[in-house]
Amino acid sequence: MNKHKLLKSANNVRKSIMDMAYTAQSAHAGGSLSCVDILTVLYFSIMKINPQKPLDPTRDRLIFSKAHDCKALYAVLAEKSFFNSEKLNTYEMDGGLPGHSTRNIVPGIEASAGSLGHGLSIATGIAYAKKLDKKSQKVFAILSDGECDEGSTWEAILFAGHHKLDNLIAIVDYNKLQAYGRISEVLELEPFADKWKAFGWEVREVDGHNIDGIESILINLPFRKGKPSVLLAHTIKGYLGVKKYVDQVSSQYKPPTEEEYEKVLGGMK
Amino acid sequence: MRIAFVNTLHKLAAKNPNIILITGDLGFSVFENYIREFPRQFLNAGVAEQNMTGIAAGMAMEGKIPLIYSIVPFVTMRNFEQIRNDICYQGLNVKIVGVGAGYSYGMYGHTHYGLEDMGILRTIPGITIIAPGDPVETELATIAALKTRGPVYIRLGKAGEPLVHKIRPKFEIGKGIVITEGKDIMLLACGTMLPVALEVSDILKNKYSAKVVSMHTIKPIDDVLIKNLSRKMKGIFTLEEHAAIGGLGSAVAEVLAENCLNVVFKRFGTPDHFSKVSGKQKYMREQNGLSAKIIAGEIVKKIS
Repeated sequence: MNKHKLLKSANNVRKSIMDMAYTAQSAHAGGSLSCVDILTVLYFSIMKINPQKPLDPTRDRLIFSKAHDCKALYAVLAEKSFFNSEKLNTYEMDGGLPGHSTRNIVPGIEASAGSLGHGLSIATGIAYAKKLDKKSQKVFAILSDGECDEGSTWEAILFAGHHKLDNLIAIVDYNKLQAYGRISEVLELEPFADKWKAFGWEVREVDGHNIDGIESILINLPFRKGKPSVLLAHTIKGYLGVKKYVDQVSSQYKPPTEEEYEKVLGGMK
Repeated sequence: MRIAFVNTLHKLAAKNPNIILITGDLGFSVFENYIREFPRQFLNAGVAEQNMTGIAAGMAMEGKIPLIYSIVPFVTMRNFEQIRNDICYQGLNVKIVGVGAGYSYGMYGHTHYGLEDMGILRTIPGITIIAPGDPVETELATIAALKTRGPVYIRLGKAGEPLVHKIRPKFEIGKGIVITEGKDIMLLACGTMLPVALEVSDILKNKYSAKVVSMHTIKPIDDVLIKNLSRKMKGIFTLEEHAAIGGLGSAVAEVLAENCLNVVFKRFGTPDHFSKVSGKQKYMREQNGLSAKIIAGEIVKKIS
């Protein structure tokens, strides 16, 4: 797809995330921003989906396991016209969009998530059922790097490799920061790619903010026939191009200040 | 009960290709015929119960009817959060089958006892909990569970449980089955304790006539039966091979208390401490106050 259009969509998504974070004075802007480019490429270029038919059985599925960062998912679904973007104004408001994405709360949300380490199993179950029924749709799972601490994530990785689920694609938003510190300080995941390979997955790595790079890798799925695919997307937490808000543990918790908010929106115009 | 379950499932799976039995690496010598006949409808997920539960949720999203199977603690406690979030919160059509209710795996020690499962699962909205009282009820419960859309937990003993029903009773989820009529006391029993309730009734027959009811469904509890039949009784007693806290006894107590049914009442369940001994099921029941003789004695003390 046209790179300019993708970039424009990604920037719209970033703006929506900042609006939600600022209006709701909400946490988790950092991890929402780090996966924007990945989601934009998936929803605008890769996945077979139709916002007019959100439950079409022939659609590709996306399980958003890092649901604490669901501002990104809500924003990209609104940008793709799954629902009216005015709904985003209700984020974390009473009776509005919840702070962890919930199944069918708005069209396009496939699974309820929020507790880490659940999403890959659900995606794996869908992929297994698709194989049983000889259906060709793809199943994507968006994981955080922090949730790769969870044993249940590795149970799913082991299972999918064993069953050669090549209709399953995991994408790790590898921003190297988890809730209370750097991955390397809390629980080191490296050699990360080798771990996935050892479990029978075909691994690719990419700069998770290079839209062309992400698209050119995901256009050829599976990465290898007979193996599940994983894309380790090296990202920057809080990625907006504004240094102050980038790559800090605090972006997990702190809502943007008015100054940051204005500066970011000004910079994106 | 295990055999009754798998034989029933065998018949149902032949009619419905969406039924998929998923095991956490258990069922050796039980599932072989099923696997031979329905290889596509069987999955061994390995010793990974959390993933097994999430996978079942994903499969249910695609229209499958998965049954996840393991020993009670591994299929209800290890994966409790997956049951809560992935299955029940999403209202998915997954059945959970636990074997080894109570002290069925008595010799194996406390890790393998199923004593807290009904208590924790009962707190989750939208789940149905059935503890069939004999192999006939197991068959009927399995059929009923698969007819019901949504999450159902079936709590089974292991093997060799005595037959209580000589003829097939009418079985309805949420409706207790009166096994014997009696006018003095009512024994409400579930699962593996149903035959014990009949023994208790027999021991007490010269003193009190006991109405024995199979309360096979713990959630939703049959509050109509409790309200209708309790008023005329000298005492109501619940029997379960489960902690006295949280299971059938608690569910019945809630109905009695909230309806101001002022009646003599006692729960017979396992005590609020870990057993220091292990042994066969009969021995463990005796050690933990769940033999027919101990229960009968306690009932006499409570009423007189």
